[in-house]
Amino acid sequence: MSTAAVKLSAPVKADSKAKSKAAWNYKNNVYFLLKLLLTVSGFIIAVLVNIAFPQKAAVVIKQYVLSVFGLNISLTMNDAYIFLLAAIAVIYTGAGLRAWGNKDRRKIYSKRAAFRFAAGIALALWDIGGTKLQFFPQPFFPGPAQVVEAYLADSEYLLQNTLYSLRLYAAGFSCGVLLGVGTGILIGWFPKVYYWVFPVLKITGVVPAVAWMPFALTLLPNSFTAAVFLIVICAWFQIAFLTAQGIQSTPKQSFEAARILGSNSIDQILHVAIPHAMPDIFTGITSANAMAFTTLVMSEMLGQPGGLGYYINQSKVWSAYYKVLAAIVIMAVLFSLINHIIGRIQKHTLRWQEGVVKK
Amino acid sequence: MSSSINIQNVDRIYTDTDGKAVQALKSVDLDIRAGEFISLIGPSGCGKTTLLRLIAGLDKPQAGSLSIDGGKIAGTAPERGYVFQQGSLFPWLDVEHNIAYGLRARGVLRQRKANVEKYISMVGLEGFEKSYPHQISGGMAQRVAIARALINEPKALLLDEPMGALDSFTRADLQDKLLELWQKNGTTMILVTHDIDEAIYLSDRIVIMTPRPGRISRVIDVTLPRPRHRGGAGFLALRREILELFELAQAQPQPEYNI
Repeated sequence: MSTAAVKLSAPVKADSKAKSKAAWNYKNNVYFLLKLLLTVSGFIIAVLVNIAFPQKAAVVIKQYVLSVFGLNISLTMNDAYIFLLAAIAVIYTGAGLRAWGNKDRRKIYSKRAAFRFAAGIALALWDIGGTKLQFFPQPFFPGPAQVVEAYLADSEYLLQNTLYSLRLYAAGFSCGVLLGVGTGILIGWFPKVYYWVFPVLKITGVVPAVAWMPFALTLLPNSFTAAVFLIVICAWFQIAFLTAQGIQSTPKQSFEAARILGSNSIDQILHVAIPHAMPDIFTGITSANAMAFTTLVMSEMLGQPGGLGYYINQSKVWSAYYKVLAAIVIMAVLFSLINHIIGRIQKHTLRWQEGVVKK
Repeated sequence: MSSSINIQNVDRIYTDTDGKAVQALKSVDLDIRAGEFISLIGPSGCGKTTLLRLIAGLDKPQAGSLSIDGGKIAGTAPERGYVFQQGSLFPWLDVEHNIAYGLRARGVLRQRKANVEKYISMVGLEGFEKSYPHQISGGMAQRVAIARALINEPKALLLDEPMGALDSFTRADLQDKLLELWQKNGTTMILVTHDIDEAIYLSDRIVIMTPRPGRISRVIDVTLPRPRHRGGAGFLALRREILELFELAQAQPQPEYNI
């Protein structure tokens, strides 16, 4: 009874206190400082684990010499890994300090603290389980330091292969998008084209592009054009399909309104049909993009003189699984970046949809 | 800046979704004088929108002829502006670009750029230039549609129930705006509506249409002085007269076979 009475009267009494004492959330300085420490501590633990645990796996610790700004730095894979972790910790500390005076940034930073801490702990566990105490079978599960070693040992070669992949992707995907949107517009606008081309597209579109590889490799002048061709057809069909759908679903009234205002046919395609189809075109581009990555890596693995897929294949032959992982990490970063760029373009192009569609 | 429109003995037949031929208009004759405000009114299915679409050039009649200032109507033209009931704005264009659409499509945007601003302020949408259609109210959207049609400086403005989907306050507001624009520009106005009050408030003449097949049953001159008062004695008398007309029209319905 007495506690209930206290609780009931508390809000009235605490009214003046509440103002001086901030709520326990991201707005509170102590709370935010703890979140900052939490973020960084995961990575510091990872560093400590790397230093404290003895190496059990039979991994040769090589010395690498990096020349940075004319300085020759000699370091092992563990040094590089620790340096990387420290860099991440410094960056997150910097981000935390930058967020100090900004409410919105504080909120986002606090929200992400737990995940970032977990990421550091995951790295530490991977380190222990991989090279340190060898819980995982070797050489299939190398530790994070070994993956970093791949970048030290193969930096130039990896860069070459990454650029090769990027060149292949850019050539194939940009052609695929152009052809896909072009064909889609023709199919969507002209009933005759729809009649003759659409069934072909529908049937060939379901075949995975890599199935055409034997033909591509024999009929096209070199392996690069063969791979470009495969990426082109995988993007082409998907995008054409959705573009046609978007154009065909344009309300008749929109065309009538445009016609009365003075639009001729070409103007109606450019200024009514295509803008209306834009959301569908982007759906096509996004899903074709994912398929293009698959086709890219597969065709590199099966018949290219370069690229990240080729690098993975080559490393596998030597059982250099840490190099396989290193290439996978590059793919993850690179493909995420490409997705992000496409997402930004989409958001800008479809800004008129904001608030209309549930996202 | 205004046109007379002559409609002679027009028949319009269309096939419905079941493939059946429907006579939407039968022997329609109408002379619309230059600069007048005329309303087409009648129950649904009387062919008022069909007639408006024929005048716009969106459809062609099976028989008879339509002409504007003596020239045959063969298709759509910017000289005959059209305002749809709703949802005809381009959602991917903001208010400013929706209004400028006609100028851009006709390739005269650069010379008449100043007109965009002029028509935005004419319909009272200053400050909403950068808003997208879904961000503005229904009444504002219809004002954009009217400005978009007027920027082409049409000689006749065809309005297909432009206020049908609006609440009564917004509707009254837009009716006044429409009158103001008409008095300023002198454009011939042809309004399709099912609202008797709206027709009396706005029009010089009211064309009463009946369905199955769609035809003109009477044309009433509205001689009430402007500005009109919605509760005035003359207004109410006319209103009663038209209501009685419709009751008469509905007293002997044609048998319906296609339910």
